[in-house]
Parts: sequence; C-alpha cells; structure tokens
Amino acid sequence: MRFSEQWLREFVACNLTSAEISEQLTMVGLEVDAIEPVGADFSGVVVGQVLSINPHPNADRLQLCEVDIGQPHALAIVCGAKNVYVDMKVAVAIVGAVLPDLKIKRSKIRGVESLGMLCSETELGLTKNIDGIMDLPIDAPIGCDIREYLNLDDNVITIELTPNRGDCLSLLGIAREIVALTHSKLSLPDLSKVKPQIKDKFPVNVTTQAECPHYVGRIIREVNNAVVTPAWMVERLLRSDINTISPLVDITNYVMLELGQPLHAFDLSKLQGSICVRKAKEQEQLTLIDGQKINLTSDMMVIADDKKPQALAGVMGGADSAVSTNTEAVFIESAYFDPIIVSKASRAYGVYTDSSHRFERGVDPKLQLQAIERVTQLICSITGGKVGPINEVSASKYVPFAPSIHLRRERISRVLGVTIGDSKVVEILQALGMQVARKGDGWDVSTPSFRFDLQEEVDIIEELARIYGYNNIPAKQMRADLTIKPCSERQVSLSRIRSLLVDKDYREVVTYSFVDGQLQGNLFAETVQPIKVSNPISSDMSVMRSSLWPGLLKTFLHNKRHQQTRMRFFEVGTVFMQNSNDLLQEQNLAGLIYGDITKEQWGESGRQVDFFDIKGDVEALLQLTHAKGSLQFCATDHPALHPGQSASINYLGNPVGYLGALHPGVSKEFGINKSIYLFEIKLSCVYNALIPEFKVFSKYPVTRRDVAILVGEEVKVEDIISNIKANGLDLLRDVEIFDVYRGEGVADNQKSVALGLVFQHYARTLVDEEIEDAVQVILKGLSNQLNAVIRG
Amino acid sequence: MDNINHLVVTAKQQINSINDLTELDNIRVQYLGKKGALTALLKNLNSLSADERPKMGQIVNEAKTLIAQLLQEKKEHLVNAELNAKLATEVIDITLPGRRSQIGSLHPITKVRTRMEELFRTLGFDVIEGPEIEDEFHNFTALNIPEHHPARAATDTFYLEHGDYLLRTQTSPVQIRAMEEFGVPIRAIAPGKVYRCDYDPTHVPMFHQLEGFVVDENITFANLKGILNDFLEMFFEKKVATRFRPSYFPFTEPSAEVDLRCVLCDGEGCRVCGNTGWIEVLGCGMVHPKVLDAVNIDSEKYTGFAFGMGIDRFAMFKYQINDLRLLFENDIRFLEQF
Repeated sequence: MRFSEQWLREFVACNLTSAEISEQLTMVGLEVDAIEPVGADFSGVVVGQVLSINPHPNADRLQLCEVDIGQPHALAIVCGAKNVYVDMKVAVAIVGAVLPDLKIKRSKIRGVESLGMLCSETELGLTKNIDGIMDLPIDAPIGCDIREYLNLDDNVITIELTPNRGDCLSLLGIAREIVALTHSKLSLPDLSKVKPQIKDKFPVNVTTQAECPHYVGRIIREVNNAVVTPAWMVERLLRSDINTISPLVDITNYVMLELGQPLHAFDLSKLQGSICVRKAKEQEQLTLIDGQKINLTSDMMVIADDKKPQALAGVMGGADSAVSTNTEAVFIESAYFDPIIVSKASRAYGVYTDSSHRFERGVDPKLQLQAIERVTQLICSITGGKVGPINEVSASKYVPFAPSIHLRRERISRVLGVTIGDSKVVEILQALGMQVARKGDGWDVSTPSFRFDLQEEVDIIEELARIYGYNNIPAKQMRADLTIKPCSERQVSLSRIRSLLVDKDYREVVTYSFVDGQLQGNLFAETVQPIKVSNPISSDMSVMRSSLWPGLLKTFLHNKRHQQTRMRFFEVGTVFMQNSNDLLQEQNLAGLIYGDITKEQWGESGRQVDFFDIKGDVEALLQLTHAKGSLQFCATDHPALHPGQSASINYLGNPVGYLGALHPGVSKEFGINKSIYLFEIKLSCVYNALIPEFKVFSKYPVTRRDVAILVGEEVKVEDIISNIKANGLDLLRDVEIFDVYRGEGVADNQKSVALGLVFQHYARTLVDEEIEDAVQVILKGLSNQLNAVIRG
Repeated sequence: MDNINHLVVTAKQQINSINDLTELDNIRVQYLGKKGALTALLKNLNSLSADERPKMGQIVNEAKTLIAQLLQEKKEHLVNAELNAKLATEVIDITLPGRRSQIGSLHPITKVRTRMEELFRTLGFDVIEGPEIEDEFHNFTALNIPEHHPARAATDTFYLEHGDYLLRTQTSPVQIRAMEEFGVPIRAIAPGKVYRCDYDPTHVPMFHQLEGFVVDENITFANLKGILNDFLEMFFEKKVATRFRPSYFPFTEPSAEVDLRCVLCDGEGCRVCGNTGWIEVLGCGMVHPKVLDAVNIDSEKYTGFAFGMGIDRFAMFKYQINDLRLLFENDIRFLEQF
C-alpha cells in the first residue's frame, strides 16, 4: 500500500512528524518500507503558458518561446524540446530557480537571451526517464508555484501489509490505526447521502447470495467523462501508483483508496435489461478491460446483464461495458464479494487487481452504501450528473458478522507473560473500535465489521500486545525440567564425517536439489524414474535429483570454466526417488576428485588422482563406523561410470553406494580428457557405527617374510589375500600388498604381486622353522589354487 | 734445561701451524707417545743424581702438561671448526612452505547451521529433520493456512508432477510432524532446505531455514523474547539490540518479526541494512491454538512459541557476503575463504 502522507493527515490530525508516523506504524505491525519525498528539492518553478513559438535564429534544433508567467512581461525562453505547443501550460524555472542539478541564471544560448527554462518531469525529480516538457492541465493557474500546485511538499509512504490486514488497504484503515495509537480524532470524508434527482433504477438480481450478500448500485445520467480529472486527484492516485484513465475510473479508484471499497462503473448504454449477479455458465466468454479473453467456468461468479457476463465479480470489468470518454450514463456498483470466490477467480486467470487484492483480504461488509454516496458526490462535482436512487440487494444471513469473543484476564498473561491492567485492556480495545463489556473472569468483546482477522480470543490478545507495544513486554528466560537427552555412540556424527573429508582436502558444496533432467537422464539412463517439478524455474532445474552427482558435476564445470585444474568436492544432501507409488527421500554423501593428488608443491613430483585415491577416501569413511567388515567393494556396471573402473559398495550384499571413474563418454561431452572420480553412498551406512570390543593382543615379536608371485591378470588381489588367509592358519597376522608390477620380465596377461606376510603367535616367540613351514603352505596354496608362480 | 725449553717452543710452533686432526695426533705421538721426546726425557731421569732428579722431573712434567694442554686446545678448536664447516653447508631456507596435504573447507551454510545447532543444544533442544517433499496437509493445512490463502498461490510453491506433493516452502511442517510423533512438552529445532519459486538477485529457489519451537505449560511471549535475544547475542558474539514488530503468520498468534540493530554498522546505516540501521532477521510468534488443535494437543493447557530464521541470511551477515547467489555457485574462490 502506497499513499500520500498529506492525504493521510487529512484523515487524522496528529502532531507526529513523518519519521514518527513511520516508526509508530512499523511498530504496530504496518511495516513502513519507505518514506520518500514526492519531488526533488527545488524552488523557483512556476506555472506558465506558452504564448508563441518561433525558430531560433542561430540554431535549427532550438526554439524561442514566449511564456506568460502572470508577470507584466512575458519571458523569452530558449527551449530544445519538441513537444512544446502554443497555449501549453508548462513548468517554468525562472531566473534564480534552484533545481536538483542546476541553478537557473540569465544566459545567452547561441546568441539569444533566455530568461528561464521549461522543465521536464525528470528535471524536477518527479519521475525518471520521461523526456519532453511537462504538459500541465489547461486549468493550471498561471504564476502559481509548482510545489504548491502539484502539492509537492509531501511524502509517499509505502507500507508492506501482511495479508491479514485487508482493513488497512485504505487511507481510512491506516488512519484508524494512528487514531488508536495517539487518541487523536478521525476525520472522515463527506459521506452524506446524495439526494436522487431522477427516478431511474436499473434492476439488480442476485442469484449467488452466499457469495454476494450485499450489492448496491445506482444510475447516474448526464455525466461528462471527457473532462480532465483534477490535478489534485491525479497526483494522489499517482502517489498510490494508480494511473489516471478517465474521470469516472479515477474517481472509483480514488474512493477505493480512501475507504477500501472497490467500485465499478459500467457504461449504462452497454447494459441490456438488468444486472444479474450469478455463476457463469460453462463456455461463456468474457473479454476483460485489459483485453484478455477468458473462458468462464461454472464455479466463477460474474456480473452479467440479460445477454452476457459483463464483469468477473470483484476482479475486473469487461471491455464491452467499460466507460469511455463518450459515456453519458453509468451504473455504479458497490458490493461485498466473498473472499474465496474472488481469490479463486483471480488465481484461475492469473488476474490480480487492486480490487481482487482487497476482496480476497476482506472488505468491510458495512461499507457499500457509504462508498457509493462518496463516489456519487465526487462524480457529480467532477463530471456532473443526475443521480438515481440506490438499488440495494441484501441477504443479511450471509453477511459476515463480527463475532463476540470472550477474553479471559488470566489468559492474557498466560500468553504474553506480562500483566496488563484492566483499564488499559479496555482502553486499548475501545481505541481499536471494539465494544467491551465486563463479563465473568474477563470481558466480552465485539469486534468491528472491518476486522476480518479477529476471530478468537488469541486474536484479541495479539491486538492488546500490538498496541501495548511488543517492546514493552519483558524478555524472560524460559524454565524447564532438566533431562539428559539420548546421544548414541552407535552413530557417527555428521560433523565427524564432514571433518574427515575436509581434512582430506575436500571442499563442501551445496547445490540445488533440482537438476537438469537431461543430464540426470544421461548419467543414470533408465535406472531412475525422475520426479518432475510441475512449475520449474528453468529446464536445468526441472527434476528432483536422484543423485548428488549432477550437482557435483555442475560445480566441476563451473570451476573448470574459471581455470581451476584441481578439484575435490563433497556434498551431503537429500536425494529423491520414485519407487512405484512411493516417494523416497534419503540423505546421501557424495564426492568428486579431479586433477593432481596434491596441490603443486616444491620438491615433490605430483601425480594425477586415480580410482584408488577415491577408494581410499571411502575406506577411511567406512573405518569411522568400525563396521568395515560388513561392507564390500564389488566390480559393477553403472551407466555413469567407466565399465572397467567402477565398483558398488555393498552392505550385507546390497548396493548402498558406487564409486569409480566418470564414463569417458560423459567426460568427452564435458570437453575434458582427464578422468573425474566420483563416489556416492547412503549416509545411513556411514552413520551406523559399531561400538569397539577390545581384544587382547599378542605381546610376542612379529616376523615378516616378503614374497612375490606371478598370477594371471584375471586373478583379483582380493582372491589372493583370502587364499593366503585361508592357508595361513593361526600364525598369519596380516598380509600387506606392497607392489603390483606389469612390464619387463612379466609376461603379457600376467602381473607380479609383492606381498608381505606377517606372522605372530599369541603365546610365544616363533622359531624360523615354523615360519618357513607356514610360508611354504601358503605358497603351495597359491600355486595350486590360483596357478601362481613364485618369483625368486 | 735449554734443551727442554727448546723442545716446548718447537712443539708450540708445530701445533700452531697445524690444521688437521691427524697431523695433530702425529705431534702428540712425537712428544707424548711411548717413544716421544718427553717420554724419553722422563726415562732419562734415572741417570740423574738424586738432587737433580726431582727438579728435572718437575720441569719435564710441566713441559709435558703444557704440551698436552696445547694439543687439547688445538684439538677442540679443530673439532669445532670442522663441525661449523659442516653446519654451514646444511643451512636451509626455512621460509620455503611446509610440505603437507592441504585441508579443504566447510560450506559457510554448514558452519552457521552447526553453530546454531550447538547454541540451541546447550538449552536441551533436540535437532530434528523432516522431509523436503511435503504434502499439503503438513505444509499448509495443519499450519492454519486455508486453501485460498495467498501463501498457497502457485507462484510461491513448487509442485511436483506426482500426486499432491510439493516442495516444502518452510521448515514449519516439521513442527507438526514432531508434535505428531513426540507429543508435548517438546523443545526442538528443525534446520533444513526449503523451496520457493523465486529467482532474482536477492532470491534463490532453494534456501535454508532453521525452525525452533517449544511447547510446554507456562510458555509465554516473554520467554520467546528472552530466548531470541540470548541467541542473537551468542550467535553474533556481541551485545545486540533487537526490536520485535507485530507481524502475521497463519500458524502463530501473536506473531512478530524481529529486527536486529545492524551488526555491520551498529545502527549507523549502511548498504546491508538499507540505511535503516535495522536488519530483519527472523519471524516468530506464539503457536496458534488451531495448530495445537490440529495435532490433538490441549491448547488450553499448553502454550508454545515458534521461530524461523534464514540460515543463509545469517551466514551473509556473519561473513559479510554481499550476494546470496554466491552460496549456491560453489566457486572455489568463494569456498576456500571459509
């Protein structure tokens, strides 16, 4: 809600400064967003009239104007604007004037003396970017100071209204709040009845009484809508961001701003027979004033004549019956429409108007008669007219009634934590227009008809708090019973998991939960059924992520574009999946590494990361859980990953995550030739930890024997280790892999694996012979079962 | 006599001229060894008379001691010189950077969220999470947002092409879920992602909120003020001034918005606070009786408060981040600063 401060002051005479008004409104819940002066600070500008225009003798683009400013002699002024015409009323900055950007002096322009300047609106700081000299109404009084004429010593106040305060969508409503705060007097505009001069009554029939319980209309004939709307009204409308259209429309808007009642003027000559407020019929059409053609449905309410719908009730009038400069007779509508039906219509067609905005939030159901009298008066005084009698259709049982609410004294302090004295309670509520009667343990409160938001006791308590002042309520520490909360060691904390990755040089990222449907589709093929957003911001945010990888890859691409050559990211976040009809939402943890293993440093030759670096990081994560034994890495196929460098992470046989090199096909699309490595795992698998159980360790020395074996490429190291462990019996403590070699000296299709066998007895020191025997058993097993050849 | 003096002078000259430990040892042998000159003189003492013997013995011993001392001094000198020479070759430039694996960084949203959680945990709040895909009941209806309320307009809410589901527009539905599951009394915070259909320089379609709520007997608006004032002071680690302004949320009554005296300019007026001296930091209020009724909690017996704050906004204030969108771009040049 934007409005002129001067206008507000006409409703309430208080001696608060602008800043105080702003502060007070903000602190009662009408948040003042801005308070801005109407025009820039300038002086010495008056209304003038152009008497003649002659070419400048020395310059093609300039003109020489003679301007009357009400002084004995007209002023000669050089002007370059093209829109100047003879008899035009203009704003003249006379010699000595001070404008926002310049001072006007007597000067010669291309050899001709100029005694002032004709001003544009931009030059006066009234609007931005309007070129051309300001064209004032023809009745602007010559010689009058522009500040006075345009009422520029004013501020525009912008209030950010909460949706519950529809009653404050008018000057009257805001004034009521100030009155309640300051106990000053409310001055209403003249709302007295206009005596009908003609007998014409346009028939009104309301079939939807529940949605339109109060409809008031009247005919006004012999109006002249071709006159100019008075400057004061235009200025006030502009200050509320409402453009001037024609006097009749401007007046209805003006009264809407004054009182909060949306009004509509139909051109009477375009209406056939009678007004009927009814539900639309399927397939009826209506062209709105803004030109939009809408197809109506039977749950929409329209204002129709005998032939067809002429307005979408409470939202917008129809183009066919709109008033024009030729309009000679009007039918004025002032009605109460149900908030829900207006809101539905507004949303259905995406048409949001000042009218629908007010009806949706609730218009005072007792305001219609006053508003139509006010609008009648203004029409008569501005366009002239002969007034018909009021036609009122009312279904009182559907008119929303303000409830009577019982307020308990004890409840006030129970909710607010402060005791407000009885007399203060009564004073505050009465100042807000409520009727208060003492009753039992408190009061019975009747709320005014314009306060739709007051429905129950707690609403009244809020009103008390609001006016009492939130800042006058003390801040108190809460009291509660002390209890110890469960905190299990069976769960690895998320911050521990994050710390581990951060300490391993990963940077945490936060990416959007909606991703590019195409990218996700490319990565996961048909393994994932996407969950689509119905109203996405853009196509690259069109589906919910089923994996954190699309986000990490997007982050990768962003940083690559910015010349980063080494990246390590991780993210913790929710992923979304469809499983037949169920929606699954679970937390995943994922990472991406790319480029050099470490940041370049002196004295170290770097190398590129590979599969085993990311595998090592995942192993470290799993180690946090002490449950490494339940998790296995299994070679797998995954559409996003390199077929020969991908693994699933299995928990008790079921895949709970994947890791590997991004599929070279995808890398190629990204224009990169180095490999990106990714991992992703269900967070729950990194969360659930076992509590360690101490096992006694042997105090006797360990002995290590290193051996190297040749095996076929198809033999997995995991198989070698389990074979050794199976044959190593009790003496074998551990097996280390310290080299895997291919190349010179090793046949194709073979690899050499170097192993460290660590032996230890739990109760004594081992002797060489038994170690030698154990090694032989192990080697025999390897050669028999895996066709291994023992090297040197 | 003269012979001995001469011997000592010669030895001294020899020792002085030498720069090598091996040669020094040769000299030691030459004078003090078993066949050395002074050893020979001592052996000759027997050939002297009993009168001369002690006198001569003393002279020879003195010479021996003197030479031994000279040898020792020279040895120490040579050893030191050798060590110093070795150390001189081992000097390194300690200003070269240390070799290490780098450490990464936490996202600022995580840092702020964790800090908020820690502060509320000190008061015994539980930290709970709820689903990001929500249904209309939990996101709207149970929160006293009727079907035709402006807050339900499709312009704000992301809907899914899947049944009647939507992306939660606030963390408040977690209030409902928590009360359904745990009942009262309850004291909890619910941090998480929320979604709104809005994308411009000051809005992103996904952001982070932290919802907090307490429902118990005897919880008042004064308690709400108490806890939020304390929280803000602890979070920003300085004395803060706040103002509570009446506002409107369908699920609280009375409702308030809280402004904080700008933490950057201390109220002087700056770019961050739009020259007002105040920054809006959170919304809050007393849980609406209808919300308690919706989850079958006796709203006569129990009262409660709830508050919601933007984690991202707090991160921006805390670290003086000037563009919200940076938080979701994940540029390394941004991330590495945290």
